[in-house]
Amino acid sequence: MAEGYITHAPGYVLNDGPKIVTSRFVHDDSFTLTRSRATGGYQGLEACLAKSPAEVHDEVREAVLLGRGGAGFPAGTKWGFCPEGVWPRYLVVNGDESEPGTYKDRLLMELDPHQLIEGCLIACYALGLSQCFLYVRGEMALAQERIATALNDAYDAGLVGKNILGTDFSVDVVLHWGAGAYIVGEETALIESLEGNRGMPRLKPPFFPAAIGLYGKPTIVNNVETLSNVPWIISNGAEAYKRHGSESSPGTRMFAVSGHVKRPGVYEVEHGVTTFRDLIYGDNHCQGIRDGHQLKMFIPGGGSAPWFFEEHLDLPLEARPVGAAGSMLGSGAIVIMDDSTDAVQACLRVVRFFARESCGKCTPCREGTTWEEQILRRIYDGHGRPGDIDMLLDVADNISPGPYPVAADESQGLEAVPFPPKQTTICPLGPSSVAPIVSAIRRFRPEFEARIPVRTTIPVSAGQR
Amino acid sequence: MTDTADTAEGIAITVNGQAVEARTGELLIDACERNGVYIPRFCYHPRMTPVGMCRMCLVEVDTGRGAALQPSCMLTCAPDMVVETESDLTKKAQDGVLEFLLINHPLDCPICDKGGECPLQDQTMAYGPGESRFVEEKRHYEKPIPINDNVYLDRERCILCDRCTRFAKEVAGDPLIHFQGRGNGTEVNTFPDEPFASYFSGNTVQICPVGALTAKPYRFKARPWDLEEVESTATIDSVGSRIVIQSSRNKVLRYLGVDSDAVNWGWLGDRERFSFEALNSELRLTEPLIASGEGHRVTTWSAALGAAADAIAKTPASRVAAIGGARLTNEAQYVWAKLLKDVIGTDHVDAQLGDGLPADLVLGLPRATIADACRPGGTIVLCGPDPKESLGALYLRLRHAVIEDGATLIELTPRSTGLSALAAHTLHPRPGELGALARALVAGTTDDVAGVSGAAIGAAHQAIAAGGPVTVLLGRASAAESAAVVAEAAAALSNIDDVGFLSTLTRGNVHGALDMGLAPGLLPGRQRLGAGIPRGWTSVPSETGLDSTGILTAAVAGEVDALILLGADPLRDFPDRHLAEQAFDAVDTVVAVDTLPTDSVAAADIVLAAAATTEVAGTFTNLEGRLSALAQKVTPPGTARPDWIIAAELALALGGDLAIQSLDDVWTELAAMSPVHAAIDPAAAAERDGVLVTGTIDYTPVEQGELPAKDAYALRLVSVRAMYDQGSSLAASPSSAGLHREPVLALHAADFEKLGVSAGDEVSVTSARGGVTLAVQSDPGVPRGSAVMVSHLGGPDPYDLIDTTTLVTEVLVERA
Repeated sequence: MAEGYITHAPGYVLNDGPKIVTSRFVHDDSFTLTRSRATGGYQGLEACLAKSPAEVHDEVREAVLLGRGGAGFPAGTKWGFCPEGVWPRYLVVNGDESEPGTYKDRLLMELDPHQLIEGCLIACYALGLSQCFLYVRGEMALAQERIATALNDAYDAGLVGKNILGTDFSVDVVLHWGAGAYIVGEETALIESLEGNRGMPRLKPPFFPAAIGLYGKPTIVNNVETLSNVPWIISNGAEAYKRHGSESSPGTRMFAVSGHVKRPGVYEVEHGVTTFRDLIYGDNHCQGIRDGHQLKMFIPGGGSAPWFFEEHLDLPLEARPVGAAGSMLGSGAIVIMDDSTDAVQACLRVVRFFARESCGKCTPCREGTTWEEQILRRIYDGHGRPGDIDMLLDVADNISPGPYPVAADESQGLEAVPFPPKQTTICPLGPSSVAPIVSAIRRFRPEFEARIPVRTTIPVSAGQR
Repeated sequence: MTDTADTAEGIAITVNGQAVEARTGELLIDACERNGVYIPRFCYHPRMTPVGMCRMCLVEVDTGRGAALQPSCMLTCAPDMVVETESDLTKKAQDGVLEFLLINHPLDCPICDKGGECPLQDQTMAYGPGESRFVEEKRHYEKPIPINDNVYLDRERCILCDRCTRFAKEVAGDPLIHFQGRGNGTEVNTFPDEPFASYFSGNTVQICPVGALTAKPYRFKARPWDLEEVESTATIDSVGSRIVIQSSRNKVLRYLGVDSDAVNWGWLGDRERFSFEALNSELRLTEPLIASGEGHRVTTWSAALGAAADAIAKTPASRVAAIGGARLTNEAQYVWAKLLKDVIGTDHVDAQLGDGLPADLVLGLPRATIADACRPGGTIVLCGPDPKESLGALYLRLRHAVIEDGATLIELTPRSTGLSALAAHTLHPRPGELGALARALVAGTTDDVAGVSGAAIGAAHQAIAAGGPVTVLLGRASAAESAAVVAEAAAALSNIDDVGFLSTLTRGNVHGALDMGLAPGLLPGRQRLGAGIPRGWTSVPSETGLDSTGILTAAVAGEVDALILLGADPLRDFPDRHLAEQAFDAVDTVVAVDTLPTDSVAAADIVLAAAATTEVAGTFTNLEGRLSALAQKVTPPGTARPDWIIAAELALALGGDLAIQSLDDVWTELAAMSPVHAAIDPAAAAERDGVLVTGTIDYTPVEQGELPAKDAYALRLVSVRAMYDQGSSLAASPSSAGLHREPVLALHAADFEKLGVSAGDEVSVTSARGGVTLAVQSDPGVPRGSAVMVSHLGGPDPYDLIDTTTLVTEVLVERA
């Protein structure tokens, strides 16, 4: 094992600070119904059943619960998007967490499945739904097992199913196992997959799932962490929720930190207040870069996000400033790379992921991501040709036309291009592959150039010509 | 051509700075094309749901929120849209997509069948960077793999546009090819050991925008620039799909479907698509033949016509009969009708072979078009053969109507059909009791009728009462059930308000034959015999003649001396083969006019070789009564002649003169004598949608008569046709010849115990006419008490069992 690599898979790391969604993680049996109920589980549901659905919806809207899946859209607002009078409607929980670097939803599903189920029930109550689908990524066997057990226990306890807690509120929750495709994390591809089709995104606009979704009916798709916040909000109220975090991004948020830090793991921190520096260097959190090395770059929001550097450490963990600085907070996956990292290799690794995970629907993504990988592979292997770097950027431009979001570089006098990128594809997968390319080439172009062999013309005498 | 209504209100959009009016609901790509701005595309097909996959049609669109690249195939025109199809951003995106499509596409155009007519090749010339920057190795797959008996798939060439897979799923309903793998490894393929067994697979070859899908009959046969083509009409069934006939060096090499909005929407069934093979067959009759010893010898036309004329001239008109004519063009049918009914003077003329419907029923009921039947929200009552097996292009239209346009399908069929899965109500009456069921359906009876539960009848009645306009698809579902039974049902169904009938007689130009008077009691132009002598004619038969069943029965009784077969094979196609065989033995002279050596041709005394459908010009009348043009593309083989010339020459040999020198003469006469053709300009038949011939004759319903009580030990026979069988034209088409099923007797599982048989057993099936032995199979689509067989499969055949003199044929089934 190379020096500095951790030998265990990073998991939850307890830090000081308020706990909203990870409060039960300290218990060994946090996933059981017994522990859940002993620590306030389903009290949010009980509180919710005492209110009208509109009041519950208003409470969530009031709390400004931002979606934790990547786009950061307020859940309460999204819930209001279903067209009037079209029934049935569905709630779909996106548990297909597969963004490189992200593993916070997995912990929420493994360690506190009842909190998620409770969140689903409250959302269904607020929206008047009776059918919820829990879509869990194919590889997450433990999460599937724990949710299945939790659902069985909850059904037995009368918490899910017909006449929940003796009321006339009834909801069925269906657990659906994915087959392990990254693209199914995209909500329309997830809906296709749920319907039994090949997981390929649908074009939106014109129709978003809230209008035409699962089986052609209005469908709300929420992230696991988003819904896991809901019980606390209902139990403690929007006001209490807004006392945490920043004004525009209330509450707490989970960040999955990996890479060259001393203490990688998932941290629940105050949303919009904590900075990258706090998280990466704080004693309460990752405790800094491993000894003997310096930070080279970090990915602030999963493999799809353009890279950040030293000068971005003081940005708060909040969607808007991060977007304005040329990247995104995404699903809360922060990957730290120190000065031992080869920028070309890192770029190749991330691009290879997208090339493998392209669903094959749109031409630019299907053909382009693989081509990008092939060019990068060639450069990395020392077989690059003069012009390959610019060609790579042009191929990337054909997937994501126009200036690609990128962080500022004061040393070169270049300004940041804000997120999001433009795209010639249906979904953002193809354009995501451009993020590492543009980030790496813009900052570390000499590293790329150094790998391209210099070819010199050998003089040929006139007689041999 | 998505279904955009031609509404008066247009939508004002701006395309490349020009004001353009789009139609309500029109897609941007269509609106632009209609206004002369072509946007390149691969995956978009106007007859299928857009998917926006290839991204070639990206254009810059500003809907008020700033310009952005949008796929024009998925964007419905909205007011004040500003579209740039030529901007730098658009061009860069399109060039990029084309480059991506080409990086893995093999440059084997010189040996690719699509080269020269390839959308990818063409658009690469018009768009794109013009050179490749791709230096890596291209994707490789095993070179063409057969995905069924006739279609090869070359995955290297595939650009994954989803056209074939969408067609298979959406249009044909055979989702047997699908995307597999992910990312750059995505490929189209069949499921393991499951061929793309679709009756419509050839359409995928036609719509493939590259050479990934190729059809065996055309593979490596020609280059597109060597082909000559002409638009025509397919004649293999009565739908009359519009086609393009392509030939090289006087040989037809390919049919392609043409998008006729009224008829086939560009689709063809494989049987139809590959039917030209039979015309190129070595088996074709190329010279006139005359009986000699056990077989035939080649003779001259003058000798053959002379022999035929002698045989006819010495026979009194009442002892001359003619069967067939559905293969002929309308013009040839007219000339033959005039020869038979005027010059010879016989009315024993029938274009149908005892497996159709009475002519006055088809011509007398209010008629409907395919578009009427497929009206959004309409109700379709299927009371005839399975469209999937018999009328492929119609099946696709009906499927679309039910799935996409909310039409309600009610089946009154003797067994389940290819549409049963889509039917709102499927009622299987006992054979012979269709009329009773139809009466109950119209009346809304709640009693059990014809073996169908009262609840089911009531539900279907409600659907008719509550639904939209009703169209009945009327035909002969089973050859073992008399046409009188269908007529009885039709009479009952005609009481539905504003009902229209779409005939589903299946045989080629049979509707033209009825219009041209090739039926007993009729004259050309949907006129009855009693209407007097038409203009241009000298006489008409004095009495109504016999239909095919009557002719063959009379022949057995020694009342027919000369029998003329116009492309008809009664020994194969008449449902009561014993009767046909006996009749052939009894007749003195059989004159056969045909293109292929059928069983009946082999038994004929004089054989006149006829030109086939691609070798003659003229018109065709489809099941709606739609007149469409047939074009001559190649010359007939040997000395084979067009049917109308044979008739004219035969008239001369008989000492008469039809005064018809050309096809124009036919139309001049028709205009003078036919009330339904008078107003029709034959040139309009050359339009893509042809022209409808309208007008009905008076029709008096005839009762079917008493059905004998069902024998408790017997089953009632149902005889149906399949898409692929051993019919003479299919047998002469190498691509279709091997596709037929094995004959089996299909029974409801509940009848097994009663009969003491189990699935797979060999059973003997006997009727009053004869017996056959074959394997029995359980089939949930067969109602109890019925025994279903498919005819023409070779081997045991229901036509060996059918007694056409009874309303239904009962059979005894025993373990062999």
